[in-house]
Amino acid sequence: MSDKKKKKLTPTQQEYQAFAKAREPARPVWKNCIRAFWVGGFICLIGQGISEFYTTFFDFNERTAGNPTVATLIFISVLLTGFGVYDHLAQFAGAGSAVPVTGFANSIASAAIEHRSEGYVLGVGGNMFKLAGSVIVFGVFAAFVVALVKTIVIMLGGA
Amino acid sequence: MLHGHQTWEFQNKPYILSSAAVGGPFEGEGPLANDFDILHGDTWLGQDSFEKAEKKLFEQACEKAIEKAGLKKEDIQFFLAGDLLNQIISSSFTARTLAAPYLGLFGACSTSMEGLALASLIVNSHSAEYVLCGAVSHNSSVEKQFRYPTEYGGQKPPTAQWTATAAGVAVLGKTGTGPRVTAATIGRVVDMGLSDPFNMGAAMAPAAVDTIEAHFRDLGRTFDDYDLVATGDLAKVGHPIAKDLMKKHGIKVPDHFVDCGMMIYGEDQPVIAGASGAGCSAAVTYGHILNRLRRGELKRVLIVATGALLSPLSFQQKESIPCIAHGVVIENI
Repeated sequence: MSDKKKKKLTPTQQEYQAFAKAREPARPVWKNCIRAFWVGGFICLIGQGISEFYTTFFDFNERTAGNPTVATLIFISVLLTGFGVYDHLAQFAGAGSAVPVTGFANSIASAAIEHRSEGYVLGVGGNMFKLAGSVIVFGVFAAFVVALVKTIVIMLGGA
Repeated sequence: MLHGHQTWEFQNKPYILSSAAVGGPFEGEGPLANDFDILHGDTWLGQDSFEKAEKKLFEQACEKAIEKAGLKKEDIQFFLAGDLLNQIISSSFTARTLAAPYLGLFGACSTSMEGLALASLIVNSHSAEYVLCGAVSHNSSVEKQFRYPTEYGGQKPPTAQWTATAAGVAVLGKTGTGPRVTAATIGRVVDMGLSDPFNMGAAMAPAAVDTIEAHFRDLGRTFDDYDLVATGDLAKVGHPIAKDLMKKHGIKVPDHFVDCGMMIYGEDQPVIAGASGAGCSAAVTYGHILNRLRRGELKRVLIVATGALLSPLSFQQKESIPCIAHGVVIENI
């Protein structure tokens, strides 16, 4: 907690928060990290396998196999979300299943499923990007800033 | 009659003529499965949305309780109910079905005892012959509103609680048989500045302690005057904190101080810290605990239902979580 926030609390509140904190189970950070590492790595391994599959059996090279590989992973993730498996995997894996593209697909699919009862337009359409929306907004903005920096550097005769 | 600062004593001791508890599949796998009147194998209850399923859950509990009391829908003079959805739709829509004069309540997970206290007050003051009160929650509809989509893969911390899919309803009457409501303590809002919605147990524990201590002070009682004191939904994190807080205040805490959020599910069920939700304390009280009272295993109990009065908006705006607890005494006389 930031100092600014702490100052607003009364001494009783501060005392209680320290009291409660001492009795809360700590987040198992190391265990979560190790699990995330292995599950995240395993998802990437599956991705690599799919990529190899496309380059071996279809007319793709290492560069062009990227798109169908991502599409396949997204498809698998959405399927697992629909069957109600992905959230259980995520409780175990944490960031390991949230960071890869499958996690992004899960955030969109789960919101779409959740709001199906409010109809296609206001429900599915309006809520699908409820969680993924901020990733897209800040992703696009970050890309814009990076591109801007690169353009300026080139204009100044950098490279 | 007001006793002390915030406790009502009911001289006419309203009877709990009947009660009913309805639960979902996950509750059916728990240790209290036999205390539910109806258990559903499907969380949708055959409806096309979880909100409708929650309403159905509540309607069934009301029907069952009225039937068990040997009454008809028309005999219910007032209906006091609450739930966790926006604008308490499950309760209001159930009231539409019942077509009884209705007062909607919101006390988050403390609604069960808020309803019982007010219903007892109405019956005690001769303002009605029969009053129906209860609360409901549905895991999927509540998680949808307060947290993330149910299928979203977000890891929950070890302090998170699982919202119960359950409804609990009781019929109160002036005359009849059954356990009786003898007193109620209305809680104050206590806010210790905690703001993590995934750790409601720690936020609510001080409210529970405040109400229990006020209750003991107002009536001059201690834990020894009760066979069971149950808090509503502090779970594995909040309940030990409440115990330690009372010990720190010089109160001896006995073994019969328990928590509804730790009773409804078994150790092997993946509910993290335990149960929560308006329906949890309602179903545990109106199912399990009242059954034990009726069997004569318990003589006098105090149920302290705790509620976290936050909204999805307030925690996004970084507000802390105000909490409340209401206590009701039920006894065999």
